[in-house]
This record gives sequence, structure tokens and C-alpha cells, in this order.
Amino acid sequence: MTWLSNSGDLIWGHFVNHVWLALVPTVLGFLIALPIGWICHRAPAVRGVVLSIASVLYTIPSIAFILLLPAIIGTGFLDAANVVIALTVFAVAIMARFATDGFASVSTATLDAARASGFGKVGLALRVELPLAGPVLLAGLRVVSVSSVSLVSVGALAGVSNLGRLFTEGFQTENNVEILTGIVLVVALALTLDALLVLGGRLILPWAEGARSARVGAA
Amino acid sequence: MIEYRSVGKTFPGGSRAVENFDLTIASHTTTVFVGSSGCGKTTLLRMVNRMVEPTQGQVLIDGTDVATRNPVELRRSIGYVMQASGLLPHRTVLDNVGTVLRLLGVGRAETRRRSFEVMETVGLDPALAARYPHELSGGQQQRVGVARALVTDPNILLMDEPFGAVDPIVRDELQAELQRLQRDLDKTIVFVTHDIDEAFLLGDQVVILAKGGHRAQVGSPADILASPADDFVRSFVGLDKGGRELHLENRDGVQVVVDGQGRAAGVLKQA
Repeated sequence: MTWLSNSGDLIWGHFVNHVWLALVPTVLGFLIALPIGWICHRAPAVRGVVLSIASVLYTIPSIAFILLLPAIIGTGFLDAANVVIALTVFAVAIMARFATDGFASVSTATLDAARASGFGKVGLALRVELPLAGPVLLAGLRVVSVSSVSLVSVGALAGVSNLGRLFTEGFQTENNVEILTGIVLVVALALTLDALLVLGGRLILPWAEGARSARVGAA
Repeated sequence: MIEYRSVGKTFPGGSRAVENFDLTIASHTTTVFVGSSGCGKTTLLRMVNRMVEPTQGQVLIDGTDVATRNPVELRRSIGYVMQASGLLPHRTVLDNVGTVLRLLGVGRAETRRRSFEVMETVGLDPALAARYPHELSGGQQQRVGVARALVTDPNILLMDEPFGAVDPIVRDELQAELQRLQRDLDKTIVFVTHDIDEAFLLGDQVVILAKGGHRAQVGSPADILASPADDFVRSFVGLDKGGRELHLENRDGVQVVVDGQGRAAGVLKQA
């Protein structure tokens, strides 16, 4: 227990790093995947290729990816950018499929009616398709955020400061308290982000829950 | 005035929905396209706001070929009501009603005011304004659809089987409401239905369509009943099975009108 009371600053530092190392790829991955998903939904030929590539990317072991990146793009070996880039690629790989499905989930009758009302192409994409894809996009974002929080830990093996360090150091020094602290904090962070996403979803998509149950009720 | 001039539509893949169709629709009247599914009635309707582009011929509004108009602007200038109401599920009733005004750049306050106004016109309780479409009944959704189409006070209203998905009692209500609105607002309405009774009830001009957008007969309901063009029309309007045949029976000096099944339909007033 003395370790815990003496390591407040160390743990806090790892925690803060962990948060932004997970958040940046989640946000970037989401933003990059949106247009990819939109195009995939429109062009079946592109969809096959892009989603296959995404699946392949996701099968690359994360540790290999993080360690190989410096050789590929010339970043420093211990650079946090390696983690951010690798996790962004994974986030895009997951999110592209959700985004494609999200845009596909929008009812064609609704789009037709919106077009008939006089929505132009841009208005249709941003003010009808995007919000209506929202529930599926949110589901994807939840998967990506949890996956990113857990994958950041792998970056500790590449020397990047985050909660994963508590596992690696804990194992080396046979400090179970340190290992347990790392696990608890990683899980707590993942759950907190997930709860925030659910809450944010309720605020931004207030129509979604009822619309979904209404559809189920009708079917 | 809306004019169809030798209009044809062949879809990619070769199926021919409409061929050589001519029709004139006078302003401030209701024209109903009626026919079975696959007769091209919806295709013809959607040519007016360029949701469908004819592959031959022209559609003109007040002498201007719609093909020369920007499709997005054209659609904003024409009211459109569709079968499943076509409301945006992520927007409240009030926002749905105000959609086209916002697209036209009308300010929020003004949009709100006019949206409430038109909700009242179509008989919607203002308390529904903050609800989402899925929280409304089918009949209420249809009214919102009509309100959305009317909010810009367009000259032309296109209605694609707007009352097809609601139960018969609500349908009667909505039909009566539409007749009242048309008396007050005097729009040029183009209405699509597969229900001949609805067509006769609402149409000043009824266009009976056979396969391929072929005009089986065009005329007022009374003209069509008085002189059906052929056996197809006779059967379509229900003249062949005696369903529309009425006769008079004298009861104590009063002429009672009796229908084909022997049910009393009313009494005859001598003019």
C-alpha cells in the first residue's frame, strides 16, 4: 500500500497520457471514417475493397504495428505518435464498417421525401443522412472508444507513458498492487468514456430511442 | 397550369413506365391519377417536381419546361405529400412543418410563426409541435405531411397516395379535410391513388390509367360514369358488376334511391 500512497503523481501522469492517447485516435478515427463510410455506402464496388482492407488492417497485431511504424514513416522509436497513428488506423478500420452500415440504415423513403422537399446534395448528407445514421455511428464510437482505451496499454511496451506502464513495471517488480491499480483504472476509464458517449447520444439524438422502439413495435 | 406533352419514361434496363402521354391540368383544380400498381401514375406525378426525369417529351408549368428549372429550387416551390408521410424522424413536428421555409432561408422566428399557423390550418393541435413523428398516430403524421407541403403556400400540391396507409375512418376524415382545404386555398392539386372512390370524391378531373401510362379515360367523375370509354374503364369504375347502378323505388310518394345490393342510399329530391 505504501507504493500506492507514494505514486500519486506517477499514476496521474500515466492516467492523463492514457486519456489523450485513447481520445485522439477515437476522434480522428471517427472523423476519417465518416466520409469513407459515406462513399462506401454509395459505391458498392468501393465498399468491397475498402472494407476488406479495413478487416486486414485490423488483423495486424497492435504491438507489431506500433513497433514497425518508426521504420515505415520515420517517427522516433519511443514517439507517442506511433501509438496515436496505430490506434487511429485501428479506429478507422472498425469505424468505417459502422459508418457504412449507419448510412445504409437510413430509410430510402425518408431520403426520397427529403429530396422531394427540396434538400440539396450537401443539405441531404449533413442534415438528414448524418443525423439519421447517428445511432449506428454512436454504437461504433462506443466500440472504438473501449478498444482504444484497451489498446493504448500496448503502447507501454513501446515505452510510451500510459496506464499500461503499471502492468509492465508491476510485472517486473512483482508489485501486484501496481498491476491491480492499472487494471482498475483502465476499466474505469473505458466505462466512464462509454457512459459519457451514451449520455451524449441521449442529448444529441433525443429522437433515437423512441424511434427505434416505435419501429420495433410496428414490425 | 401543368401540361404533359408527349411524355415518355423508359427506366434504365428498358422497362417502359409511360409512353406518349398528353394531359393539361388547369390551375386551381384537382386532378387525380388513378390506376392499378404499375400504371405509371406515381412516375407521372414525380415528373412535375423532377423527382423523375422524362426520357421523352416535356412537362410544363405555366408554359415553362420544368427541365429548364433548377430541380432543388423547383421542389421547394411545390408541395409534396407522400404515402408514409415521409417526415424526418429526427426532427420535431414543428421543425418538420417548417423544413422548406428553413431551406429557403426564412428566419427561425418567422418559420416558427408560420409553422404554427399552418398546423392550425390542417387541424393539428399545437401541443403536438414538440413531439417526434413516431409519437404521432398515422392520421396525425399525414396531417403533418400536408402541413409541411402547405407551409410555403405553394401553387401546386403533389399528393402521392397520401391517405393509402391510414385506416378507413381516418381516411374519410382526411379526405373531408382536404376538400375543405381546397375550398379555402384553391391550389392546383395533382393526386395519385389506386382507389376509384377516392378519385371520384376528390377529383375535378380524373385520369384513369392503364398499363404503361396509357390514358384509358380522362374526364369529370360524372362524365366517366355517364359514358365509360371502354370495358376496362367500365370494370375499373365498377359499372360492370352493378355496383354503381342506382334505381328508384316509390315509397308512399317519396322516390327512394336504392343501390345494386338493394340498400337504400337516399331519397331523390325533385329539382
